[in-house]
Amino acid sequence: MTFLPKPKLHHPKLVENGLGFTRRDYEGAISTLCAGCGHDSISAAIIHACFELDLPPHRIAKLSGIGCSSKTPTYFLGNSHGFNSVHGRMPSVLTGANLANRELIYLGVSGDGDSASIGFGQFAHSIRRGVNMTYIVENNGVYGLTKGQFSATADKGAKSKKGVANNDEAIDLVAVALQLGATYVGRSFSGDKAQLIPLIKGALTHKGAAFIDCISPCVTFNNHEGSTKSFDYVREHNAAVNFLDVIEGREEITTDYAPGTVEIVKQHDGSLLKLRKLSNEYDATDRIAAMNFLQEHHAKGEIVTGLLYVDGESGDMHDLLGTAKHPLNDMDESLLCPGSAALEKLNASLR
Amino acid sequence: MKPTDIGNPDYFHKVVDCQWACPAHTPVPEYIRLIAAGRYDDAYMINWKSNVFPGILGRTCDRPCEPACRRGRVDEEPVAICRLKRVAADNKGDVHARMPQGPFPSNGKRIAVVGAGPAGLAVARDLAPAGYQVIVHDSAPNGGGFIRSQIPKFRLPDSVIDEEVGYITDLGVETRYNSYVSSLKDLLDEGYDAVFVGSGAPRGRELDVPGRQEAAANIHIGIDWLSSVSFGHVKSIGKRVIVLGGGNTAMDCCRSARRLGGTEVKVIVRSGFEEMKASPWEKEDAMHEDIPILNFLVPKEVIHKHGRIVGMSFDKVEAKYDDKGRRTLVPTGAVVQYACDDVLVAIGQENAFPWIEKDIGVEFDRWGMPKVDALTFQSTNPRVFFGGDAAFGPKNIIWAVAHAHQAAISIDKFCHGQDVAERPGPGVTLVSQKMGIHEWSYDNAVSIDLRFKVPHRDKAASLIDIKAEVELGFDAALAFKEAQRCLNCDVQTVFAPKLCIECDACVDICPVDCISFTDDGEEDELRTRLMAPADNKTQDIYVAHGLKTGRIMAKDEDVCLHCGMCAERCPTGAWDMQRFLLDMAQVEPAGVKLEALA
Repeated sequence: MTFLPKPKLHHPKLVENGLGFTRRDYEGAISTLCAGCGHDSISAAIIHACFELDLPPHRIAKLSGIGCSSKTPTYFLGNSHGFNSVHGRMPSVLTGANLANRELIYLGVSGDGDSASIGFGQFAHSIRRGVNMTYIVENNGVYGLTKGQFSATADKGAKSKKGVANNDEAIDLVAVALQLGATYVGRSFSGDKAQLIPLIKGALTHKGAAFIDCISPCVTFNNHEGSTKSFDYVREHNAAVNFLDVIEGREEITTDYAPGTVEIVKQHDGSLLKLRKLSNEYDATDRIAAMNFLQEHHAKGEIVTGLLYVDGESGDMHDLLGTAKHPLNDMDESLLCPGSAALEKLNASLR
Repeated sequence: MKPTDIGNPDYFHKVVDCQWACPAHTPVPEYIRLIAAGRYDDAYMINWKSNVFPGILGRTCDRPCEPACRRGRVDEEPVAICRLKRVAADNKGDVHARMPQGPFPSNGKRIAVVGAGPAGLAVARDLAPAGYQVIVHDSAPNGGGFIRSQIPKFRLPDSVIDEEVGYITDLGVETRYNSYVSSLKDLLDEGYDAVFVGSGAPRGRELDVPGRQEAAANIHIGIDWLSSVSFGHVKSIGKRVIVLGGGNTAMDCCRSARRLGGTEVKVIVRSGFEEMKASPWEKEDAMHEDIPILNFLVPKEVIHKHGRIVGMSFDKVEAKYDDKGRRTLVPTGAVVQYACDDVLVAIGQENAFPWIEKDIGVEFDRWGMPKVDALTFQSTNPRVFFGGDAAFGPKNIIWAVAHAHQAAISIDKFCHGQDVAERPGPGVTLVSQKMGIHEWSYDNAVSIDLRFKVPHRDKAASLIDIKAEVELGFDAALAFKEAQRCLNCDVQTVFAPKLCIECDACVDICPVDCISFTDDGEEDELRTRLMAPADNKTQDIYVAHGLKTGRIMAKDEDVCLHCGMCAERCPTGAWDMQRFLLDMAQVEPAGVKLEALA
């Protein structure tokens, strides 16, 4: 079995972005995941999002833990920084990297096992600290690398490939993220790039902890009848609340919309999130309402997707800690080592 | 859009651009794969069955396949299809045993063929194994027609012609060389069941300017001169030669003149360099031999002194286009003059049928061309069929062969009292190439090599010997590399909507963004909102309905690399790579089968 690399030849009219890169320049090595894996679609969505946002690949750091999902950073952004950390420890490594260099764009990629089991605490604390990052959980409800045991996000009552039902309650990572103060929370589906790409773009431009729970069917172990994370089930039970457009720069929005159908959220970097509402009652800037809405619909067996909550005025960990404005590697010797007089002064202040 | 009917042989045939563009519809990717595998005999036989003259065409074909080649749309240049064909011909072993083996049981029918050129010989090749007694007439001392008399030996050695004409005469075809047919009426009266006219376009167009007659001794009609050179009657030419005309004959004239003593040879054309009829590679070869091509010059006068040519004058013109894009050549008023010792006139060829009587039922149109059915090649006399240049005016060898196959089918039907208008369909096979996960029976890795150049003989050595073949052909290693540039367009992407779970894996992996899953729409509108804009309307969109979400699968065939990545990444086998083999109908041989395709 050989995995040929994706041919280098491309469409003759392949477009370039503002940096002169084509979408192909944001690709990585060829995926060795199972054919049809939802994760590959998410990788493709990340490629699209970074290309469309004109992000310089060398300014992005992609970090992951262990699992099928955590293998994927190899398959996108081949020219970016990468760190494949210990199982469940991606959030800590990402937090540390962010503390040292706040100027990179941090993309944490994790799975339901990595984030809802072994790294549940890590996940929780990185969210509550408000680390400036995009945290994507590629959620398939099973442990694919160990042959499909239920993970902690598998719905109660969902059936395994062999027909055994799951008796444990599911952890809803979106609900947890909302509760712990994530300032950008979305849920999407790997089979719906039209929804997923803008959601990732919004997260990448968001300042603060942006969390996306992306349901990603495991074609090998969790795409059968009785699964609640199969292509068919998710398509049938998908309750999208809005459709997002990310508008970069400060361009005016000139189109008129019927009142109440569109919500515009301005983010810190000036980008605008234009939310075309699909559900009239839904307000993506109301955290408490979002949590209630989520629970109500969950009880009805619906999977709520879209941009569920966003705080346009969000800050991040550096704001809270009052750290230096520049990355450590930008500081010269005089800043990093202010001399014995400064040390004396500091010591004296502590006596 | 309507879902694509992949059951229609034309659909996938069109995707194989080279085969579709080839008048004889030779299965190009099939034989290129065999060349890559070193199976030259098999590659040759596929060609021989389809285009009859692989060794000849591999050196001289006009290559309609190459401008059509998909590789040319994703890379700088197409695959060197023509020269790969030559590799098969040059490197094969003895293929005599693989030819149809006579004697063939006679069906009692006698066919006269007029002209032993590519059309006539190909008709004979198709009919002889079916039991026909075929008698080929030609005024020349040997077979080949213009292939032998017009194409200089430095492009096509006699040995290649002898071999491939030999495969046909070996089938028991009777040849009457050195016999000019002066009356079609007499021929018909000899009781043939049918007559095939493949007499070509034997007359070179005349130059009509003042001084032409006075300096006649040094003004030669190109095709006649080439033929004299070919048969050894002409062995030298003046030092300064002007060649008039911009077609391939002009290129052959100028390059021949360079080898017979012409040191200052120039080609002068009426129109622009770009619009010249000569193939780009032939122009290149001429220029490489220090022959300038001067354009926008219309012959005005032959200048002569004491009955000897001195030079020629030309009106300098420029191209003007009207609103409808029609071009006219407008004189600029300038007159230029070039000194010369000889002039070769290669400004076109014409048909001539002085030997066809007006009262035998073969009607001619007002341009003096026979009225020939474009599908059946039957003339208004049902017993007389035309093909090659004789049918619709000067074209090239591969068209002559294509005509011949169709004419042979018509003759076969006519002789058996069947309706010639009913044409037999092609044989089509479509077979999965899947061998395992990530494994295909074809080499699906896409080479990124640029087109390889065919090695040439040293220029100085070439110019002193008119019989020294200039192109040396690809060696096995180069041939392999060039063959690997072929995208295997005949290995089709076949989609089964029922199996598709719409996971997007194929969309994500496709290196050329040709697959989209989207809402249905009218074609023009749909083309604008696919993964990549589908601007090339000569290429189809493969549309499949029947997906669970109600969307459609739309694949733009235009730049598909046939790399099989979509099928490799498909979890359900909804995409499969299937080899499409289209075998054009030919006259059924009696009792023997032509070599089966590999």
